[in-house]
Amino acid sequence: MKNEFQVIADLIEKDKKVLDVGCADGTLMKFLKENKNINIRGLEISKEKVQECIAKGLTVIEGNAEKDLKQFPDKSFDYVVLSQTLQAFLNPELVLDELLRVGKKAIVTIPNFGYWKVRFHLLFKGTMPITKTLPDEWYNTPNLHMCTIKDFFHFVKSKDIKIFKSLALNNLNSSIINESNLGVKNLFADLGIFLIEK
Amino acid sequence: MNTVKNIKTLIVKKPLKLDCGKTIKDFPIAYETYGSLNSKKDNAILVFHALTGDQFVTGINPITNKEGWWSYAVGPDKAIDTNKYFVICSNVIGGCMGSYGPSHKDLNQKIFGTNFPVITINDMVNAQYNLLDHFGINKLFSIAGGSMGGMQVLQFISNFPDKSKTVIPIATTSSHSAQNIAFNELGRQAITADSNWKEGNYTSNDTNPGKGLAVARMAAHITYLSKKGLQEKFGRNLQEREDLKFGFDADFQIESYLRYQGSVFVDRFDANSYLYITRAMDYFDLAKQFRGNLSEAFINTKAKFFIISFTSDWLYPTQENKDIVIALNSIGADVGFVEIESDKGHDSFLLDVPDFLNALKNFLDKSYEEN
Repeated sequence: MKNEFQVIADLIEKDKKVLDVGCADGTLMKFLKENKNINIRGLEISKEKVQECIAKGLTVIEGNAEKDLKQFPDKSFDYVVLSQTLQAFLNPELVLDELLRVGKKAIVTIPNFGYWKVRFHLLFKGTMPITKTLPDEWYNTPNLHMCTIKDFFHFVKSKDIKIFKSLALNNLNSSIINESNLGVKNLFADLGIFLIEK
Repeated sequence: MNTVKNIKTLIVKKPLKLDCGKTIKDFPIAYETYGSLNSKKDNAILVFHALTGDQFVTGINPITNKEGWWSYAVGPDKAIDTNKYFVICSNVIGGCMGSYGPSHKDLNQKIFGTNFPVITINDMVNAQYNLLDHFGINKLFSIAGGSMGGMQVLQFISNFPDKSKTVIPIATTSSHSAQNIAFNELGRQAITADSNWKEGNYTSNDTNPGKGLAVARMAAHITYLSKKGLQEKFGRNLQEREDLKFGFDADFQIESYLRYQGSVFVDRFDANSYLYITRAMDYFDLAKQFRGNLSEAFINTKAKFFIISFTSDWLYPTQENKDIVIALNSIGADVGFVEIESDKGHDSFLLDVPDFLNALKNFLDKSYEEN
């Protein structure tokens, strides 16, 4: 399992009710269900991935986060997880609002466009950056709204969203992000993980 | 009509009050079972059939000598694996394969015809509930059905919220739409316009409204297929001829196909049953039973739902299936949903659609493991 998922799993207490938005093949869901007795649901847009989840015995709804989150009542989950997908929505702000409406808390992870390799790539190669977390070419990437850890940090603050925990992930190392080290983490982390609440 | 042999029947002694206000008792429910009930009695699946189905889900139907209507999905090692599960299916009341219906006789030994009480989906499932007592099953492992079978699934779990662990409505709706009612009315009009229908008393008049029933079947059959499916299968192909004949014979393969579908249908189906069952479908509006709030229908159940729709089904389209998902999500119910890619139209659930059959099998087997 990806290190990212391990970090996310560590943020969630046992026996909670969790919605995994964009749950893909259900790897994280399965882990949470089996190791933390989590009552877990998934929302996934790809039919193939939904089938993979069903084959794992997971409860998944085929759907689109931008349209289908609205059917869930307010605060109906303890946690809503959105892994590396926020930047792919047409309207990330709306999705973020929906995550925080449906979940008591939300865990959002973002591929960091401020990561030094990304900056380096653009600066010296002069082409759109391709890294482990941003593997696609400019013409076929699903990402519409790339941001940096710093961007996201400021964005949630400006929306009066409470940050419970923010973590910078670089390969296997995760570390706390705060106001004072934000610049450094924004340079050295390829992924940001935020536990937030509205 | 049907010979009584090969039809297993449960006589329900307990009076059943129907939605129309009448009460029936000592009435027969014809059923069939597949696989065997285990000692814990926790492996039973109640399957509900659609408009023209019957209790003979799989294997060779002893009355028609054709494959059962859900042979692709039900059987040893199939999606609903009869090596593992005990499958029960009964003919709906109002039907014509042995359950109490308009071709039965009243107390005066006169065939009911249209004097049979109008029945509803609610009446159907209340009648079938008696099978649980008959087999001594406290809780079913699953209930499943497509189309009108799906309506019965929804009604059943609403009426008996703790009587099934899992719930599988397929290609269905919680409320018959104006378009659905319109197509059913077309079928009913075709039957009643047949001069052999005789106000429903064709048996005593020794006639049969076969022409009308065949037209009803032809019209309905079109609604079960998709435009793309029809086009790919038939296109404008001609039927055993080189060129158009400038007449009204079946020039096109699609005409010939529909005529065939109509003609084989009348051999196995009763015209009055067609009226009664389509009426039951039209009257189905689960939300209305709960003051317009569909979620209320499921508020008392802890069952695990799995809802399946098909991309090319325009009779019970994905959105109508999704409305059920939405109603369940809004009360935090355990619900999964998948829309299966298929160009076989509404009939997809009856056909060899591997993605559908795999999803069904995986859902059942994984849920059973968690038992």
